[in-house]
Amino acid sequence: MKPITIITGQMAPLPRANVDTDQIIPAQFLKRVERSGFGPFLFWEWVHDAEGELDPEFVINRPEYADAAVLVSGPNFGSGSSREHAPWAIQDRGFRAIIAPSFADIFRGNCHNVGLLPVVLTGEEVTRLTELAEDPSNAITIDLAAQSVIVGDLRATFEIDPGVKHRLLNGLDSIALTLEHADEIEAFEATRPAWMPNLSPVLGTE
Amino acid sequence: MMCTITSHCCGPATAPYPAALMVRPRTLFEKVWEDHVVRSDADGTELLFVDLHLIHEVTSPQAFEALQIAGRPVHRPDLTLATIDHGVPTINRELGILDPLSKKQIDTLIANCARTGVELFGIDDPRSGIVHVIGPEQGLTQPGTTIVCGDSHTATHGAFGSLAFGIGTSQVEHVLATQTLPQPKPKSMSITVDGELPPGVTPKDVILGIIARIGFNGGGGHVIEYRGSVFEQMSMEGRMTVCNMSIEAGARAGMIAPDETTFDYLKGRPYAPVGIEWDEAVAYWRTLFTDPDARFDTQITIDAADLVPYVSWGTNPSQTIPITETVPDPTSFSDPLDRDATERALSYMGLEAGTPITDVDIDVVFLGSCTNARIEDLRAAAEIIDGKQIADGVRALVVPGSGLVKLQAEDEGLDQIFLSAGFEWRDAGCSMCLAMNPDVLQPGERCASTSNRNFEGRQGREGRTHLVSPVMAAAAAIEGHFVDVREWS
Ligand code: SF4
Repeated sequence: MKPITIITGQMAPLPRANVDTDQIIPAQFLKRVERSGFGPFLFWEWVHDAEGELDPEFVINRPEYADAAVLVSGPNFGSGSSREHAPWAIQDRGFRAIIAPSFADIFRGNCHNVGLLPVVLTGEEVTRLTELAEDPSNAITIDLAAQSVIVGDLRATFEIDPGVKHRLLNGLDSIALTLEHADEIEAFEATRPAWMPNLSPVLGTE
Repeated sequence: MMCTITSHCCGPATAPYPAALMVRPRTLFEKVWEDHVVRSDADGTELLFVDLHLIHEVTSPQAFEALQIAGRPVHRPDLTLATIDHGVPTINRELGILDPLSKKQIDTLIANCARTGVELFGIDDPRSGIVHVIGPEQGLTQPGTTIVCGDSHTATHGAFGSLAFGIGTSQVEHVLATQTLPQPKPKSMSITVDGELPPGVTPKDVILGIIARIGFNGGGGHVIEYRGSVFEQMSMEGRMTVCNMSIEAGARAGMIAPDETTFDYLKGRPYAPVGIEWDEAVAYWRTLFTDPDARFDTQITIDAADLVPYVSWGTNPSQTIPITETVPDPTSFSDPLDRDATERALSYMGLEAGTPITDVDIDVVFLGSCTNARIEDLRAAAEIIDGKQIADGVRALVVPGSGLVKLQAEDEGLDQIFLSAGFEWRDAGCSMCLAMNPDVLQPGERCASTSNRNFEGRQGREGRTHLVSPVMAAAAAIEGHFVDVREWS
């Protein structure tokens, strides 16, 4: 995972509440076994109009937002399924951070794990950013170390779990970090009672 | 530490408690959580041991691939079970998997399991089915365990008093490699429903009623414990329906304390403990309840008598109303985002504000999914439709939750009841719950569905989903529109 330190670029406004994972990437596109290449399917139903043509009005289709690095959206972003394909698709389209008043829990965790930064600001701050994002020439700077967001004279700060912040700033592999404690895992395993479920062999009589 | 003796399980005594009460009162969730902490970090993250890891074809291939690239083995194949459910056809299986992408995904899972020694219930194995149906059915879902799966409805397993939650593919990889997961500790919420459920009000209505009250993200950041006489009297199937939809209120997990109903359900199942191990397990399971003075971060109380049959009208599960009500008016919302969301939902759903929901005609009925495709759900629906015919122009399908549910239903003759009423009788799988297989709504089609999500496009592009209980879906199939099952015969 690439370290995240400072993210700068354009903002794309998507002022909708409860943007769910089926909207971010519909199920028919989850059949790929690769981790990359989901970008073209991002917001599939919204990117297209009723006739199946690209809708020129939808924010990520507008050429002036082609380089947007930060998505600004409404509360409960990423609600629904655990599909990591959702943050993969957002990332694949060039986004490096999402700003919203709140995120669904699993989605937020998935973002942390793939190196996409979810930033929680207050509803008022997000409304203000959405207005600023309407002008594509407004650039944003997100400084993870300082936990700050700056657009022109708007300055906001955000909270982030210190462990997550450390991992993102340094691009650390969380499995490698856990494996440093392999002896503790082994010690824990030794205390598990024999009757705990396991797949081998079938114990029952049915 | 996992233990069978209560005193071992007690946390450290805390100062405010006098010597005679040196036990810190804990919630069910805290007990299960604390029994699985391998280590705690200074920043508050805890490394949790995972007792059971369920995997399926859609969210695992990238995890296996990354593991292989890093040269890491699967640490505990014996604690991992794979099934194929999301993309399988539920008809004409003898033709094989015709969709080349689904076939590749399924073949990839088969190869990954063969290579790493993970047990896989293949498509032709009657034990296969929806991942959240087969874990309990096999007796693998046990009280006090931690269960994860790359699927948000993993909360289902909490019906047994386990801590079960959905994870993303990076976490699937993490669990495969280490059998653990670093997690911040969620907050706790209790939802108490006391009293008697009125006739015609099912577990699905209980959870739809809860979500309608607390909102689409009302449980965000929390693990919910469902408490009160309604859940105590509920069957395991009903408890699974309730816990399944915890995620639709944004909660991390849902739990219900295990009791005799739980133990009776588990006894004799293939992977349940036997003999002296059964006794040891039950002794531990009996310690899994919320202590009388334990504190929840959030508490909600609902009177069972206030619950009715519900129908969702919108595009998220909290957009739900009692069967007696009319479709809401966007102008009744003061928050502009809510107003906009309601307008968008009505336009997507093709509904007019003020329409009685009983006036809404349906095209399709889907009886299935990990929420409502267990034997009890099929029995309840079959009882409603027995001797009747589905309405003209309605297409109705029954997709059992597992191969074993299907076999049992056929043993009981339920398939014949469904077939004579005009339903299609299918093989097990996720099917039209998420429309990854050929079971897809056509644009504009309106579906009474026993599944858990009514998101835009969930059951097919421009498809319109209304969430209901199995009996409400069955009655709607017969009438061709929604009806109040309490008054319908
Ligand atoms: S039945 Fe639906 S909700 Fe359940 S696991 Fe399958 S796709 Fe997910």
